[in-house]
Amino acid sequence: MSIFSYLLPKKQTSASVAKERLQIIVARERSTRGGPDYLPQLQEELLQVVRKYVPVDQDAVNIQLDRESGCEILELNITLPEG
Amino acid sequence: MTKIVVVTSGKGGVGKTTTSAALATGLALRGFKTTVIDFDVGLRNLDLIMGCERRVVYDLVNVINGDANIKQALIKDKKVDNLFILPASQTRDKDALTQEGVEGVFRALREDMQMDYIICDSPAGIEKGALMAAYFADEAVVVTNPEVSSVRDSDRMIGILASKTRHAEEGKGDIPARLLLTRYSPERVEKGEMLSVEDVQEILAIELLGVVPESQAVLNASNAGSPVILDTDSDAGQAYSDAVARFLGDQLPHRFTTVNKKGLFGRLFGG
Repeated sequence: MSIFSYLLPKKQTSASVAKERLQIIVARERSTRGGPDYLPQLQEELLQVVRKYVPVDQDAVNIQLDRESGCEILELNITLPEG
Repeated sequence: MTKIVVVTSGKGGVGKTTTSAALATGLALRGFKTTVIDFDVGLRNLDLIMGCERRVVYDLVNVINGDANIKQALIKDKKVDNLFILPASQTRDKDALTQEGVEGVFRALREDMQMDYIICDSPAGIEKGALMAAYFADEAVVVTNPEVSSVRDSDRMIGILASKTRHAEEGKGDIPARLLLTRYSPERVEKGEMLSVEDVQEILAIELLGVVPESQAVLNASNAGSPVILDTDSDAGQAYSDAVARFLGDQLPHRFTTVNKKGLFGRLFGG
């Protein structure tokens, strides 16, 4: 770092881009970790069923499997478009 | 009580074998009877790093299949007392490693050979060899480079360690996993070209065992077939020594993580 670098506008470094990208992908991969292998396919098929009735986006279905004191909870979130 | 430690990473080429060799040698130097096992069946390389490639007679799969007993297969290190190497076999048979077979090898190392530590040098990937190296582990060292694909793969590996070990399957929870960041370049971190120790730690969220700087000494050591930890004048050798001390519970500050401070002139006009 020289004195001149303090005067120039801050440019995003490649390391900070790397960190941001990693934080996003790692968070996404952790959310599906440990779940059964059928979850992605279940999500895809659910989406197709919903689409038969309502036009929804690819990421409108959010599926999550949680474990709580001995039982598993399959949480399903479908965001329907307004109107 | 024998401790089994897996050295793993997910991604290849980040320094698992270099680390396994250094960790095992460091533990043996401190008087612990240690065996380092190459789990990379089909792609044996630990023997080269340890400098015993011409003394290999039997290997891990020979012991599993009962072609040789553990005593016959272990190669005693010539430079360091208390240090033994069990090479991988060069077979292309993917099913050569069985859970029962690996368990039998560990039992022999524990009961017949009275080992203090067993270091398992995992192959890259998340296939059988890597899973077998990790399954019986009591502790893990996750080797990571400050680079996106390595960090992502390490995170995946940490997830696998949390669910696919005997510890986890028996409901005893996660095994302790610690991070060893290798090929670190403080100069590049300062320029914003490389993820910092803090960045990687923040993402992976596991305890830091050590930081090994990018160093010519590592290639020199593998060229010579002598674990880099024996090169006590080198930065990488010292970093591994520190990591071994921390592994055994010492509290040491991390070295080689910052650029040597420049004078006022350098700070004002340096690049």
